[in-house]
Amino acid sequence: MGMLKIENLSAEIDGKTILNGISLEVPAGEIHAVMGPNGSGKSTLSYVLAGREGYEVTGGSATFHGQDLLALDPEERAAAGLFLAFQYPVELPGVGNANFLRTALNAIRKTRGEPELDAMQFLKIARERMKALSMPEDMLKRGVNVGFSGGEKKRNEVLQMALLRPQLAILDETDSGLDIDALKIVADGVNAQRAPDFSALIITHYQRLLDYIIPDRVHVLVKGRIVKSGGPELAHALEKEGYASVQEAA
Amino acid sequence: MPAVNETIEAVQSVTDSGYKWGFETDIEMEFAPKGLNEDIVRFISKKKNEPEWLLEWRLRAFALWQTMEEPRWSAVKYNPIDYQDAYYYAAPKQGPKSLEEVDPELLRTYEKLGIPLREQEVLAGVEGAGSAADARMPIAVDAVFDSVSVATSYKARLEKEGIIFCSISEAVQTHPELVRKYLGSVVPQGDNFFAALNCAVFTDGSFVYVPKGVRCPMELSTYFRINAKSTGQFERTLIIADEGSTVSYLEGCTAPMRDENQLHAAVVELVALDDASIKYSTVQNWYPGDANGKGGIYNFVTKRAACRGKRSKVSWTQVETGSAITWKYPSCILQGDDSVGEFYSVAIANNWQQADTGTKMIHLGARTKSTIVSKGISAGQGQNTYRGLVRIGPRASGARNFTQCDSLLIGDKCGAHTVPYIENRCLTAKVEHEATTSRIAEDQLFYCRQRGLSQEEAVGMIVNGFCREVLKELPMEFAVEAQKLLQISLEGSVG
Repeated sequence: MGMLKIENLSAEIDGKTILNGISLEVPAGEIHAVMGPNGSGKSTLSYVLAGREGYEVTGGSATFHGQDLLALDPEERAAAGLFLAFQYPVELPGVGNANFLRTALNAIRKTRGEPELDAMQFLKIARERMKALSMPEDMLKRGVNVGFSGGEKKRNEVLQMALLRPQLAILDETDSGLDIDALKIVADGVNAQRAPDFSALIITHYQRLLDYIIPDRVHVLVKGRIVKSGGPELAHALEKEGYASVQEAA
Repeated sequence: MPAVNETIEAVQSVTDSGYKWGFETDIEMEFAPKGLNEDIVRFISKKKNEPEWLLEWRLRAFALWQTMEEPRWSAVKYNPIDYQDAYYYAAPKQGPKSLEEVDPELLRTYEKLGIPLREQEVLAGVEGAGSAADARMPIAVDAVFDSVSVATSYKARLEKEGIIFCSISEAVQTHPELVRKYLGSVVPQGDNFFAALNCAVFTDGSFVYVPKGVRCPMELSTYFRINAKSTGQFERTLIIADEGSTVSYLEGCTAPMRDENQLHAAVVELVALDDASIKYSTVQNWYPGDANGKGGIYNFVTKRAACRGKRSKVSWTQVETGSAITWKYPSCILQGDDSVGEFYSVAIANNWQQADTGTKMIHLGARTKSTIVSKGISAGQGQNTYRGLVRIGPRASGARNFTQCDSLLIGDKCGAHTVPYIENRCLTAKVEHEATTSRIAEDQLFYCRQRGLSQEEAVGMIVNGFCREVLKELPMEFAVEAQKLLQISLEGSVG
């Protein structure tokens, strides 16, 4: 059974239809890419799946492990194992990054019935993961995303993913604004998560991230619908020919 | 890694909602007759066995008060207060002298409030969980219940250092020369309507004197509790830090939940002589009234510090979460050259609460310096006003002030107002004012919730972040308390 199963999902924002009958299935252990031109509904898809307010689902369904995802609050979806790496990570002035990360981790651990981590236990784990992501330790002390460079923000997202160990990670244009070194670090972070019970949906405009995270399937989203699906080679074809060909097909 | 514990504990330990200090203690009380007149003033003075000069002082204040009118310049709105429809003196019948003699019912009350009246042995290194919080310092407490101080702890230990820490009633008896010298020297009897009322009918409060060159070895604190019905509380606190001394003082306050509004009109005077330093922290948690705006404490308070000495320093930190109405402007008169005044404030107005609070920094001496950091949070129908005066006198050459006022709005029915007054009569002074108003952004909430935090936890975290600069000024035990309070005070404000 698919870990994430989206059927004929439609959604609108302010009365404007953005998603227009998406169907998509991501089995456990697989990484899928969703590619598409600007305005095709990529970010909307990630927000609807994560439960952001302001997006109205007008039809279809999305289930996660057979559970109706759309009926859950955002924090319940997080507790169920869904993680969204934001395209634009949000700044929380005055909230220490370590404090935020530990609170989030303990919130998730609590719902899993795992004991909460105290500050020392948390720091030990956080330091390990940060090292792997080449993040300087002082980023723990700074306000959440406050004054972070674009690359630091994205790495902070991947750090959160590495700490929270979700079952489904949605990466919303995590590659945008990253130089090649940062891109590799982020890709390594995602690849390190690969496991039979981990799936990911990588939303991207460009193919280049997919050179480092090889997807099992690639889907092309145009005007709120999946117009084409294929293997990793589809991404290369798109990179060569652009979205024009698939857009015509839509 | 400091600051990692705080918010998490704050968020997690708060499970049940509502005002948790709203219970009432059933205890035999003695009241003065209802109403206010000269006889009541005499009654109070006699109850306290006061010397003639103090009675005269009270009567002068009462005469002044009768000629004065309630100030109307603030932004708070409330029904007229009937000053004749209240008790001005309410005291537990048994007037205890030592902790052992305190009515057990009272001890239970303070236990319930989490206030340690009993002196605890310091068990060094026994708890051993390894965090800094375990090296807990004892805190000396003066407990004021309605009109009287019921107990003061650690007095003997403080006396060894020459520090006087007792109720002001006791100080009048034991150290009349100090009280007479300093009482009313910072806030004169006719200063304002509420201060004059306080001067006439003040009942109890704390007195602190720290002698020359002494660093007070522990936090001093006063815990104010209004319990009796239809009673006003008029506390009077006087703190004197002699040359080169240092003291940190905290006050907390709670009251039962009642439908009626109760008046609390306190006066606090601080005096810092040469090179002395006073840190005064408040966590104000009077009953704020219910969600419909019924009941709650009217908190009209005059707090002022005189930085009389050279290089003296006074730092006010306040976390104002309670009261239906808060009207208070802890101020510093910076007389001594190179003296320093600080004001750090967090004020919450949720539901129907109104807060009009800020500070006055009066720069008189040369190179005096002041810092004002105000964080106002408005939610529900709450109205929050920052009102502050920075006045630089002609002799205050090289004076500096920095003011930062930030307002946070939660919801769309509340209000935030900033009213800064700046008067500068000195060419070499430098005054800076920064102000921001923001809303808890939807994307911030969503970001937190996507990481597994509930809506309320998310609000608590964002608000605590917003207040961080102020909360870090509080002594550690209080900081944790204050964070929990912020969380509780804002429950139900979103969603």
